[in-house]
Amino acid sequence: MDFSVVANNFRFLILQGLIGIGPFIGGTLRLAVPAIVLGFALGIAVGLARLANARWIRVPATMYVEFFRGVPLVMVIFWIWFIIPQLLRLPIPEYGVALTAFVIFEAAYFGEIVRAGVQSVARGQVEAATALGMTATQTMTWVVLPQALRNMVPSLVTQMIVLFKDTSLASIIGYVDLTKAAQIVNNREIRPFELYLFIAVVYFLCTYSMSLLARRLERRTA
Amino acid sequence: MSYTFKWSVLWSGQSGHWLLQGLVTTLELSALAWILAVALGILSGALRTVPFRPLRWAATFYVEFFRNVPLLVWMFFWYFAVPPLLPRPAQDWVFNHGAEFWAATIALGVYHGARMSEVIRSGIGAIPRTQFEASVAIGLTTFQAYRLVILPVALRLIVPPGTNESLNLLKNSSVALTISVAELTFQTRQIETYTAKAIEALTAGTLIYLVLCVSIATVMARVERHYAIPGLIARVGPAA
Repeated sequence: MDFSVVANNFRFLILQGLIGIGPFIGGTLRLAVPAIVLGFALGIAVGLARLANARWIRVPATMYVEFFRGVPLVMVIFWIWFIIPQLLRLPIPEYGVALTAFVIFEAAYFGEIVRAGVQSVARGQVEAATALGMTATQTMTWVVLPQALRNMVPSLVTQMIVLFKDTSLASIIGYVDLTKAAQIVNNREIRPFELYLFIAVVYFLCTYSMSLLARRLERRTA
Repeated sequence: MSYTFKWSVLWSGQSGHWLLQGLVTTLELSALAWILAVALGILSGALRTVPFRPLRWAATFYVEFFRNVPLLVWMFFWYFAVPPLLPRPAQDWVFNHGAEFWAATIALGVYHGARMSEVIRSGIGAIPRTQFEASVAIGLTTFQAYRLVILPVALRLIVPPGTNESLNLLKNSSVALTISVAELTFQTRQIETYTAKAIEALTAGTLIYLVLCVSIATVMARVERHYAIPGLIARVGPAA
């Protein structure tokens, strides 16, 4: 066992693989952060659509959620990879493919969390807001969503951690994230044990600190 | 969009055979990994409650470390990094007996074992302590209290999140294509490579997964309703 391979390639693994600074378009964080933000934004829309009174909004939203929760993410990545170039008649970089796939896929999971969060808000809150003369949109924005968000924190962070880990699948289509960076180094150095153990530790440090942060946040907002 | 559909690629040539083989491999891989995951989940879940501290730490370390690292990394780890550590004859044997399948089984099982452990722990944690105290008060031993009171309730509480997690395992088995296990997603890609008909191949693979997941979920929803405990309907365990 010789961990000098990690030390020698530390800059490439961390700067290129984790953060995304380097010769390739890549980086786990550069993919994960926008995917989390956009996925959650679309998830709010999907979650609210599932609770809509109008059938023509509720039914498609439900089908969307059920579909994407019944299919592996790898499959969705391949779909986007093959379909988008066909539709747009132009090649899409791996980054665009991966980001699109993650946002569409994770929105289904975020949607379920948003739905559960909204449903957890006491009915009386909505009635009180209506009694005060607030419109439906105002009630949702100022009364229901802030409280729902607070209830959602634990499952939201769990899902963000899942998404963060899932970004490793972007390496399948050649996106240079942390996993792909380790593969590239390993092809040259043939030191799989040291390299894969090292990136496992890096992933662990990222995700575990996310869950510690969540625990603190939970205690403060609870 | 100038794409000519040719759905017949799915039943002409070897496509049908490949899809069926892929489905069988996916089911085999998932079933074996599921058994491993449940065993590890129960073991580590139980060890996290024992009074002996080093065992508790070891179990906590296992759960936290394995579930917080991407499955793909574990696939590479078990397939590329572990076999070279074995003695030479063992290495030869492993590579002659479908090393990628066994590496994938271990990767999937160990990863989901850590996640199962959380499901089981929160199931047991959801049962009020008073249930145990009441059991002891009416004269049951600790073992009897667990066997007759705690576990029957905990198992029923675990059904919904356990189903969820089992379906996650089934879907995650698709990651095994990265170490070239010929499961369903792998075979879908193979059809695409041979026929250049991506949409048809992906549709077939996607539908199989969808039917598989939806039918398991439907069956389990009935089981869930049958075993639901009135008054204890709240779902326990992590959301995802």
